[in-house]
Amino acid sequence: MRVNAFAKRNLKELLRDPLTLFFGLGFPMVLLGLMTLIQRNIPVHIFELDTLAPGIALFGLTFLALFSGLLVAKDRTSAFLARLTASPMTAADFLLGYLLPMLPMAVGQSVICLAAAVALGLPPSWNLLAVAASLLPSALLFIALGLLCGTLFNDKQVGGMCGAILTNVTAWLAGIWFDLSLMSGGFKTFAYLLPFAHGADGAKAALAGDWAALPGHLAWVSAWAAAVMALAVWLFRRRLIQR
Amino acid sequence: MNAIEILGLTKEYGGRRVVDKLELSIPAGELFALLGVNGAGKSTTIKMLSCLVVPTGGDARLMGRSVRTQSRRAKEILAVSPQETAIAPNLTVQENLALMAGIYGRPKARVNEVSAQLGLEQWRKQRAKTLSGGWQRRLSIAMALVSQPEVLFLDEPTLGLDVLARRELWGVIRALKGRTTIILTTHYLEEAEALAGRIGIMNQGCLRAVGTAEELKALAGRDNFEDAFVVLAGEEAAS
Repeated sequence: MRVNAFAKRNLKELLRDPLTLFFGLGFPMVLLGLMTLIQRNIPVHIFELDTLAPGIALFGLTFLALFSGLLVAKDRTSAFLARLTASPMTAADFLLGYLLPMLPMAVGQSVICLAAAVALGLPPSWNLLAVAASLLPSALLFIALGLLCGTLFNDKQVGGMCGAILTNVTAWLAGIWFDLSLMSGGFKTFAYLLPFAHGADGAKAALAGDWAALPGHLAWVSAWAAAVMALAVWLFRRRLIQR
Repeated sequence: MNAIEILGLTKEYGGRRVVDKLELSIPAGELFALLGVNGAGKSTTIKMLSCLVVPTGGDARLMGRSVRTQSRRAKEILAVSPQETAIAPNLTVQENLALMAGIYGRPKARVNEVSAQLGLEQWRKQRAKTLSGGWQRRLSIAMALVSQPEVLFLDEPTLGLDVLARRELWGVIRALKGRTTIILTTHYLEEAEALAGRIGIMNQGCLRAVGTAEELKALAGRDNFEDAFVVLAGEEAAS
């Protein structure tokens, strides 16, 4: 009951913010269209839809970190969270309430991005459903990163951390714009220690039907998501009540 | 019966004592005003009583429920209207009230009751962020009332409001007297004098004096309440 009421509120707050709709749903489509247009006008194959679409779908999910982070930070730095903290809501109620509205947004975002890729020329196949499913651990990771940043920083800082730094780190270290195997050993090793390249590679493997490669990538991203979520929960609980 | 019993409540931050062994009992249905200059310890006291800050020492019981060891149960019967307006800005008035009703497991009919009680019906479809400051504050208090709390903490409820909006809110608060036990903090002395049955004056974390406005004036040997407050709140600081 408490989670349901709070999750509904959070979903409304998100959907009523036009920036959320633009960056969450529109911006990945704009990027996809732009890169496809560039590809059609250059002689080399860099931005092919079969590698670009899963990468952009992953990139779009970075904005979930921004949305969840801003929501938590704004609540935390206003008196609204104090009101709720004085209610019977538990830390688990809060975190589920923030998390649950993000999941349908993540699925919707992936579906819209992949549908746009099909409209631009990606051959439709059942594997696209596997791509959307393979992106769920990455969605959880970005939501957890947002909760963590929202717990630690104010809304302006969250804007910088999640809106600028995280989007750039993901874009460069996930191998969205270029093939990471072209890079030297150190850069590639570092990129594959982080979860972002595994998220993109998992989605690409799902699209290609390379089922043997998929579990390893998903396990890596899931482990990161679980670790970041655990840290976010621990910090949020600590900050909820002043000692 | 006492709704609130404060038993040696103490809070220290880094060795600095901001609330010092507070002792106070408030009968059910009383509106008690807590006054003091900035930094007197009023807000920290309210935060400890509303389970937002863990006390360093002592305890407090709300309807018999300890804020230290039974905070979950205490939270079921208390509500807070914080100093800042605490509303969800993108939700309508009705949705804000429904949110609080959902969190406390109250029926939807309660939303309409509180809307009517605080005259919010005309704005119920309007988003909270588009309301004037006075109506936002009224909504903030309404959100605290949806749960039908037995103990209500009003932290500076009329701060920043114009005279008319303040007087209107006084009417709302007066209507709660007798039914809900209220602790009100305010910097407006006339507000405490007009609304509260008893008034407590805090200074440097201690409760310096408690009584009706008339009793406090007599205690300070002054004819008006502001002069009495200056004497009672200032004398210990000066010493």
